[in-house]
Amino acid sequence: MNWTELPAWAALPAALLLIIGGLLTATGSLGLLRLPNFLMRMHGPSMGNTLGAGSVLIASMIISSVTAGHPVIHEILITVFIVTSAPVTAMLLMRAAIYRTRVNEERRRQQLPAEQSGQSTERSTAD
Amino acid sequence: MNAFLDGAIWFAQACFALATAFATIRLIIGPAAQDRVLAFDTMYINGMLSLLMLGIRSHSTAYFDMALLIALFGFVGTIALAKFLLRGEVIEP
Repeated sequence: MNWTELPAWAALPAALLLIIGGLLTATGSLGLLRLPNFLMRMHGPSMGNTLGAGSVLIASMIISSVTAGHPVIHEILITVFIVTSAPVTAMLLMRAAIYRTRVNEERRRQQLPAEQSGQSTERSTAD
Repeated sequence: MNAFLDGAIWFAQACFALATAFATIRLIIGPAAQDRVLAFDTMYINGMLSLLMLGIRSHSTAYFDMALLIALFGFVGTIALAKFLLRGEVIEP
């Protein structure tokens, strides 16, 4: 059976899940592009893209199960993998970002002459 | 009803292409290295979702294996790059 002759009770939720997943993924990547700070930019892909990928994979599961005539659940592999790997990636990247920001700050403070150290602490608190 | 599903599949594919374009722009203009690594990870996930859309439209199971491998290698690559940014080397002695 082709997916073009899918019954309506399966085609309607699959289409709605595909639309929701596409919108969520585009919104997450737009947040990656538009937000001003790295720690804000972290939110878009790590939440929007994970939820969008989850809904698209559920839609794919519905379509292939109804098409094949028996339950096809191997898309659950990708879902479980993405849901477990996205927080690990986000946490490592955030730790790397915090560490690199601190190291750059210390290096910039050491390069300034000693008599300007008051100005450099002022600048670092202003940032 | 199936025209609606067809339109939804096209819409989702256009959304994934747009999201990949956004991630590519961030990959090019990203001010720090961690922005570029994050954009790279987002590009991997969007490419995987585009492959799943191709798999739905052509009812072939080869695309599913490709999507699983892309998710796996994207995770490994992002972890290696984040580890490199954090420590300066990937595999610690």
